[in-house]
Amino acid sequence: MLVSVYRYNPEIDDAPYMQDIHIDIPGGKDIMVLDLLQLLKEKDSTLAYRRSCREGVCGSDGMNMNGKNGLACITPLSAVVEADKLVLRPLPGLPVIRDLVVDMTQFYRQYEKIKPFLINNTPAPAIERLQSPEERAELDGLYECILCACCSTACPSFWWNPDKFIGPSGLLQAYRFLADSRDTATRERLADLDDPFSVFRCHGIMNCVNVCPKGLNPTKAIGKIRNMLIQQAT
Amino acid sequence: MVTSITSFGRSGLYDWMMQRVTAVILLAYTVFMIGYLLFNPDLDYNQWRGLFDGTFMRVFSLLALLSMVAHAWIGLWSVSTDYIKPTGARFVFQSVCGLLAFIYVVWGIQILWGI
Repeated sequence: MLVSVYRYNPEIDDAPYMQDIHIDIPGGKDIMVLDLLQLLKEKDSTLAYRRSCREGVCGSDGMNMNGKNGLACITPLSAVVEADKLVLRPLPGLPVIRDLVVDMTQFYRQYEKIKPFLINNTPAPAIERLQSPEERAELDGLYECILCACCSTACPSFWWNPDKFIGPSGLLQAYRFLADSRDTATRERLADLDDPFSVFRCHGIMNCVNVCPKGLNPTKAIGKIRNMLIQQAT
Repeated sequence: MVTSITSFGRSGLYDWMMQRVTAVILLAYTVFMIGYLLFNPDLDYNQWRGLFDGTFMRVFSLLALLSMVAHAWIGLWSVSTDYIKPTGARFVFQSVCGLLAFIYVVWGIQILWGI
């Protein structure tokens, strides 16, 4: 099969280019894209990409495969290859450090803004702050996010305003703390989000839902934040 | 919190709400106008003038006009902040939009009350 990989080494190359590599899959097996990258690296050791856990938990190997963002380690070739061809590009919209490795600073800066930790200034109880099973269930579909950036880099609003729009990933996390029964900073958190950019740049096109490798729904979480803002303000 | 001095209502929630409320008003006005034209196939000048002489129609039309201006401003402001990155060019674009919106309001009122 033919693999077309985005290559860019700023120390050597003047501009990024696509490198076409023909490769035979051993035994014609349906391997994961990350395994394919390993085969490519054996052919050309200068190819750079991030990977760590190789099982969809760490979120390091988010990339754009035949036009769709996803984690290379849990995406089988059969799910993305079309007409025996695969185009691999770095996550769109973020600055490229080298080949498939992007600079995630803007992404993390947005995550930082939503204060991704429990805020509770009431005196700590002798044991843990307890939650009922129902209160705990509110966090399902939110806490599973691994910050791989597949969603935010699939979002045009994040492409145009990565410094102002929190992005689907950060907003999913924002709602995770808004929905937490142990957090007491709801009002402050909402006040920080009520501007024309942070939340309201979301136009609900659901690219984030379409690409999330963990099957989460940031659009729904954003809708819930909006409802909380409306309830507080009317 | 991202500050912005050129957006319609300073607050994202307020702009979002205005965008939806004005959309509903514009939808109602459009449905009314299309319905009126469909139910009056042989419409003549006097009948058309009679429609716009009524206070109800003037209030409804002015409401629709103001809604359109607010709706257009919020929408175009969003588009300009998405696609026009140099601050100077963006400010010029927003100024032209604001000026046009103001002219349309005055001109629209003149037409509505001028008949």
